[in-house]
This record gives sequence, structure tokens and C-alpha cells, in this order.
Amino acid sequence: MDDRVILRVGAKILIPFILLFALYVQFHGDYGPGGGFQAGVIFAAAFVLYALVYGLGNVKRALPPQAVYVCAALGVLIYAGVGFVTLALGGDFLAYNVLNHNPEHGQEYGILFVELGVLVTVFGSMVAIFYAFAGRRKVDV
Amino acid sequence: MIEFVDVTLLVLLGVTSLVIIREQNLFAAVMLAGIYSLLSAGLFVVMDAVDVAFTEAAVGAGISTVLMLGTLALVGHQEHKPKRRPILPLFVVAVTGGVLVYGTLDMPSFGDPANPIHHHVAPHYLEESPHEIGVPNVVTSVLASYRGYDTMGETTVIFAAVVGVLLLLSRGPRPRRTVVNGTWRTVAYEEDPPEVEEDRDG
Repeated sequence: MDDRVILRVGAKILIPFILLFALYVQFHGDYGPGGGFQAGVIFAAAFVLYALVYGLGNVKRALPPQAVYVCAALGVLIYAGVGFVTLALGGDFLAYNVLNHNPEHGQEYGILFVELGVLVTVFGSMVAIFYAFAGRRKVDV
Repeated sequence: MIEFVDVTLLVLLGVTSLVIIREQNLFAAVMLAGIYSLLSAGLFVVMDAVDVAFTEAAVGAGISTVLMLGTLALVGHQEHKPKRRPILPLFVVAVTGGVLVYGTLDMPSFGDPANPIHHHVAPHYLEESPHEIGVPNVVTSVLASYRGYDTMGETTVIFAAVVGVLLLLSRGPRPRRTVVNGTWRTVAYEEDPPEVEEDRDG
């Protein structure tokens, strides 16, 4: 591990840009290709890269498995929560127009939060699945 | 020009899939599967489905490859020679494929503007999305607003998938059941194997 200097330095330089690009994909989804799903996968890919170069133990110290599991569930809650907020404000489930006095802004807020929910769930799920696979050890049968 | 790109991508896809079938080294097969996904993403770009291409490149070529490599670390890199010649599976696969191709003959031809799909709700989405939703990318407005229920279902499916994977693969302490004096008993909890990671300071 210690002699792969180019890999370690290269990964360390790349990871912040990958995270930033994921956020760009998330918030630029209204204007270009992208959205919560793609952003979540790219965000998870940054942590997968970190794990591949620096080892699973180190990435688990930065991002504990418990936090990842919470993320996977939290995203669905955010998404469904937007639906219940619109219900409480007198609209239909997931009808975002009631979120603001200007219906277009209501739609914007609704899409923003819903995509955030997708991002959080996809990110949590991808990293959790990766942890589950990478944490297994070879068993002699 | 676009035909040239189409033909090149399709030929490369065909070659890649044939090599994946023939390849005995699973490491090479996984890498080729990643290349296959990247070529598919290129085809989606040619078909102007950039959002789909984005997902294909990120999931198919990125995360799936890593997960397959993680699996290879457990099962080894070399494919075993099949003990018998798989004639019956080949027959089943060929018949199923033939039936599927036969089924596509009844479908409207690809890209025809008279197709039913282009006359159901798509015109409404394309014309009204700027006023009703106000988001420039129609894909996003369909995904998150017009079809918000579906996307919530998809998010839930991803969550359900991760719950399934964790139930199958997570390594909690397991009770061991053995026969003691003719009856099944839970005798002890298996300890987790000690962590043998290369984290030196963790």
C-alpha cells in the first residue's frame, strides 16, 4: 500500500472534485442532464475511490456504516415527507404548487427537496452495498 | 456521419459481448462489462437520452464494476470449465431470444413520430412544462413532478434493495444450531472474524 504514491496522491487530489461535481450534477439537474440519482452515485463513487486506495478501515472511520444506513432510510423519509407537507397545506400528495404562493416557486422547492431525498437514499444505499461486499472475507468451503 | 457512429458503437458492443462470453479470465470479463456499459452510454448519447447515458456510465461502468471486483476478490479470477456441454440452456436461451425478437416485430418502428407514445401525455409535458413547472429540463420536471409518485417508488425500491443486501451479507453474530441429545439447540454465538484490514492506525 505505502509505495503506491501516485495512486494515493492522485486519489487525494481527485476526491474533492468528484464530490463537488456530484453537487453540481445535483443542483444543475433543473437545467441540464443529471439529478438526484446520478449525483448520489457520483457522491458514493468518491467514497468508494477512497476505500479502494486507502483501505476500508479508513473510509469507515470517515463515514461510519451506521451513518450510511441512516442516510439510506432518511432519503425516503424526506421524499415522503414532502408529500405529507403538501397534504398538510391542503394540496394533493406530492402536488408542489401549494408550497409557495407562487405555484412555479412551489414546484421548484418541491423538486429541490424531492431530488435531495433521492440523492441521500442513493448515496446511502450505494455506499452500504459497497461496505457489505467489501467487508466480506474469503471463506474456504 | 451519425450512421457511422451508430454502426461503430453497435459493432463494438457486439464484439465486447462476444469476448465477454468467450473470456475465461473473470477479471478481464468484468473490465469488458464496464466497457460494454460505457459503449451503451455512448449509444444513449447518440439517441439524445443524456440523462439515461449519465446513469448508465455512473452505475453500469462505475459502481457495478467495483462491486463485481469485490465479488471476484472472494471467488477467484478464473472461470471453471463447465463439466457438461450446456446444450439445453443454449436451446432455452435461443428460443427465448427468438420469441422476444418476434415480439418486437409487432411494435411500432423506432423513432416514428406517429408512434402512440408520442401522442399520449408527452405533448402535454413538452408544451406545458415551462408554464406549469418552470424547470428548463423537461426530464427533471417529468421525473420529479409529473411522475413524482413513480420516483418515490423507485427511491423506495433502492432502499428495499439495500435492506435485502444487508440482510444477506451483513455479519452480525449468528446463533449456531446443533443437535444436542436429539433436539435442536442454540449452543453459542459465532464470533466475528477479527478485522484484518490494512488500516494501521484505525
